[in-house]
Amino acid sequence: MQDLAISIIFKGNNLLRLLDGLWITLRISLLSAALSIPLGILFGMFLTLKNPISKFIGRLYLDFIRIMPQLVLLFIVFFGITRATGLDLSAELSAIIVFVLWGTSEMGDLVRGALISIPKHQYESSEALALTKLQTYWYIIIPQTLRRLIPLTINLVTRMIKTTSLVVLIGIVEMLKVGQQIIDANRFDYPSGALWIYGVVFFMYFFSCWPISCFAKWLEKRWSDK
Amino acid sequence: MNKNIQLSIKDLVKSFDDNRILNGISTDIKKGEVVVVLGPSGCGKSTLLRCINGLEAINGGHVFIDEDEVVHNSKDLPKIRQKIGMVFQSYDLFPHKTIIDNITLAPIKVQHRNKAEVTEEAEQLLERVNLLDKAKAYPRQLSGGQKQRVAIVRALCMHPEIMLFDEVTAALDPEMVREVLDVILELANQGMTMIIVTHEMQFARAVADRIIFLDGGKIVEEARPDEFFTAPKTARAKAFLKTFEFDAKKKEMSREAV
Repeated sequence: MQDLAISIIFKGNNLLRLLDGLWITLRISLLSAALSIPLGILFGMFLTLKNPISKFIGRLYLDFIRIMPQLVLLFIVFFGITRATGLDLSAELSAIIVFVLWGTSEMGDLVRGALISIPKHQYESSEALALTKLQTYWYIIIPQTLRRLIPLTINLVTRMIKTTSLVVLIGIVEMLKVGQQIIDANRFDYPSGALWIYGVVFFMYFFSCWPISCFAKWLEKRWSDK
Repeated sequence: MNKNIQLSIKDLVKSFDDNRILNGISTDIKKGEVVVVLGPSGCGKSTLLRCINGLEAINGGHVFIDEDEVVHNSKDLPKIRQKIGMVFQSYDLFPHKTIIDNITLAPIKVQHRNKAEVTEEAEQLLERVNLLDKAKAYPRQLSGGQKQRVAIVRALCMHPEIMLFDEVTAALDPEMVREVLDVILELANQGMTMIIVTHEMQFARAVADRIIFLDGGKIVEEARPDEFFTAPKTARAKAFLKTFEFDAKKKEMSREAV
């Protein structure tokens, strides 16, 4: 029996089910990332405003979301808000809301950091060349900000992919949960199947995040010598 | 207004919070005139240049280039600024662009000039400062002196009527100061109107048509360079010049000691 343990992967439609789980994982994380990035850019610009009230609001949001474990946020949205308001949010929608809230705060902080890391003199020397404020942003500030931002953003996306494994706790059957179900269902036929299934899960996570990391490294290298 | 006057400053006042940096500066600068602004650090020299270029909002007075008033953040400012070239102490080239792109960006995007024509002009200017071979390089591959010469070329390519130099050699290694000052001297010989803030006294004496000595936010003395350096009228200018003499004596003494 032992040497056949690997066949647990191919039994029935197990592999398909795992791929289905992967799709849910990626759907939640990539959709959240796609929404978080533009919202985070806006939030980051908001954070650089010098107005004390906007500063306070931004800081409050940032700290609140960051201090709170994502799991608690998931529970608050999925169990708390639905109960309190009577809204019927699906688990997946709740997950996306939480990851967008979290991603926006993280992305916002990255954008803020990238924006303030551009020296004031870059703005001034551009304006001294008679470029308008808009042209200064478009030709000088945004290209430099993006260069600093893209590797960090990609890092955030891979973190989001990994953090989606938490959604299991509000009942979403994503890749990791599918793996557990398969292991449970085959406990007697394949006692050592867990290793193989978790192995597959490991590689699926790995091959989701690895190309993204490689892309980040490639960009960093390409831009470091320019 | 007198046609020969290119820049006119009237009762310029600038404060940062409660600190009054410029306290009623008035002067006219004629076409082709080279004015060197001297003064102890913190006297408002750089602030004066920044106000002329509209980088700072002023608290009183007026700055006119030809007939146009320079107003911080006004809509016409980019148009007026095309007449003013400014070079900063820290060069401030754009790190993500090649040397040639640094120079041609503003002429193409702001003045909508033909790219080929601007590129050709940029190359000629680079050749004049001996940097044509660096056209395709990035700023970080250049030395400080080279970067500063590029920054001058970048400002010149906009065809300014007046150039402002804000302590352009202060951040450079001593052996690179010369190559930058030579470029400025050449510009002066070609009749460019310039306002120069510097701590290089010998250079100031060689290049200036007029020295403006600033202290405590006011013009304390205004004179031809030979008068200013040999026979300053005010006590404060004397004291200021003495700090440099003292330096020179100390150097002599240390040389004797060796």
